[in-house]
Amino acid sequence: MERLTFDLAAQPLRELNTFLHTGAKEGKVGHVTVLNPDGAHNIAVGLDCPIEVEVVGHAGYYAGGMNKSATVTITGSAGTGVAENMMSGKVHVKGFASNGAGASAHGGLLVIEGDAGLRCGISLKGGDIVVGGSVGSFSAFMAQAGRMVICGDAGDALGDSLYEAVLYVKGKVKSLGADAQYEEMTEADIAAVASLLDQAGLDHDPKAFRRIASQRALYHWNADANQEY
Amino acid sequence: METKPVNFKNLSREESYGYDRKTLDYIRNAAAHGLYEIRGMGAKRKLPNFDDLVFLGASMSRYPLEGYREKCITKTLLGTRFAKKPIELDIPITIAGMSFGALSANVKESLGLAATALGTSTTTGDGGMTQEERRSSKTLIYQCLPSRYGFNPDDLRKADAIEVVIGQGAKPGGGGMLLGQKVNPRVAKMRTLPEGVDQRSACRHPDWTGPDDLAIKIQELREITDWEKPIYVKVGATRTFNDVKLAVHSGADVVVVDGMQGGTAATQTCFIEHVGIPTLAAVRQAVNALEDLDMKGKVQLIVSGGIRTGADVAKALAMGADAVAIGQGVLVALGCNGETYFQNGAHHDAIADYNALGTAPGYCHHCHTGKCPVGITTQDAILEQRLSPEVGAKHLKNYIKTLNMELTTIARACGKQNVHHLEPEDLVALTIEAAAMAGVPLAGTNWIPGKGF
Repeated sequence: MERLTFDLAAQPLRELNTFLHTGAKEGKVGHVTVLNPDGAHNIAVGLDCPIEVEVVGHAGYYAGGMNKSATVTITGSAGTGVAENMMSGKVHVKGFASNGAGASAHGGLLVIEGDAGLRCGISLKGGDIVVGGSVGSFSAFMAQAGRMVICGDAGDALGDSLYEAVLYVKGKVKSLGADAQYEEMTEADIAAVASLLDQAGLDHDPKAFRRIASQRALYHWNADANQEY
Repeated sequence: METKPVNFKNLSREESYGYDRKTLDYIRNAAAHGLYEIRGMGAKRKLPNFDDLVFLGASMSRYPLEGYREKCITKTLLGTRFAKKPIELDIPITIAGMSFGALSANVKESLGLAATALGTSTTTGDGGMTQEERRSSKTLIYQCLPSRYGFNPDDLRKADAIEVVIGQGAKPGGGGMLLGQKVNPRVAKMRTLPEGVDQRSACRHPDWTGPDDLAIKIQELREITDWEKPIYVKVGATRTFNDVKLAVHSGADVVVVDGMQGGTAATQTCFIEHVGIPTLAAVRQAVNALEDLDMKGKVQLIVSGGIRTGADVAKALAMGADAVAIGQGVLVALGCNGETYFQNGAHHDAIADYNALGTAPGYCHHCHTGKCPVGITTQDAILEQRLSPEVGAKHLKNYIKTLNMELTTIARACGKQNVHHLEPEDLVALTIEAAAMAGVPLAGTNWIPGKGF
């Protein structure tokens, strides 16, 4: 397989994305290196084939957004909405990630080795997210399906208005959101955490995690709940 | 001394203006249930609307066109600002975004079939794109909503344009609702929700928070689709002047402004009736914003919310809209609020089913129940059979065709060879309120309230 390099200091972003949508699908190029990303937004968005993309440096908003099948690695940090609405494949951030990381991801695996900002995994719809560090407040807000593994701490209102997504946290949780509750870790949970950590290349004891899921008390309108969510 | 009123019998039955029967009923309902009312359709209260405007047909000072012989162009281009492939429509009347979930799959197919036959576009909704509607629609607008239910890059690439929905006229500032009885297995799967939950959609997008973020989000959508597809931004009408300017700033090709008469499949009544501004006021603000930015004609404006007739379309266009979108009128054309439904070649009485919902044809707003007596706003396997895609498409085609004929009739009477040549100078208002909101003179005067004499 051929390797290709795009230098965003010299080539426009549109050239890179257009190649990744068209030329990459011919299957001759297996690996693309992106140099000098310099925080540019929308790097490697909408990929639709099993290519490897390595972004050497920091990426702006929506890096790897709506990814399908590809593996995108960012050696630096990523801005807002990294891997948003990912369908499959993998997005791996070696540094930190800003707000809304993995928002509404339907599938695939998002790995953030450092910390993630606010609303990590918001509206998650089936994707898996592993965060090596901590996550900010309102993470997994309204998460519908999928799993999140948080190796560090979580901010306020973790898992607010959760549907069927499941969260695993190793560190401290400042507060749980409405309708979220701690649950027993079963053998299946421990195996799931072990497998996700393994896929992420992070070394933690899976038994040290706590499970958080929905109480399902908000699934139906309830007059007696008095809006005390 | 006489202390009792002379006409005691009648005054003793005087209805209070503030505590009329409607208000009493509202209070009793609240007291009984401890929960606000949720319903479908749009604002029911009386509002200044397009009926409060009239056209100044040609006479001595203007020259009219012959009604049936002379051409009147209705072709409409949308998305000419940045997109490589703008949307080209035969008529300026489009089908508004309504979800599969709120509507049955049959209805979505009807909309596509009719829109395609008419050379116009139809729009997806909260819940994603169905195969039926993609197959049946030549031009399909794909909505990107806060919930992102069913949103995926494959459908994005299949779309002809993308509409980023910030808000809706019926509930600006609120997210969607879909009550459990409509979350059947197919709807649940498309939205990744447990079957039967009372779905509450997010009111904010998950991955951006303001107009500067939105500019980057729109760029992402353009990058993913290689800058081919027009991007619409839809706002519910509130601070429309500023919102339209910010939508343009964010890079929209087309701005959709939905006034408070716009419908919904399920929203709190207090929201429908008390949040947002009338469509009439919103159109003027939107056009002012585009003119202020020198973007009139570069960024197109679609107006929705209570567009019912060809005259409404003509008035919206004269005020400066490039096209309109219709939701509730479309549903009524399909049979909404009708006394019968048409199935297996015959009309069947639906009145008993309305009664079971506590309503009657003409008053029904029970879309939220999923028990639509005429099979439109339902996911029920039996009820949805009450509207076949072909029958629905036929009626809808007739309705929109009528609107388009009315539109060109008015345009010709005003001496226009192209419906887009209708202008504010062709309009006057019948009420001071409408004159002030629409920014056209009160009929017979030069007076536009707020603009001096």
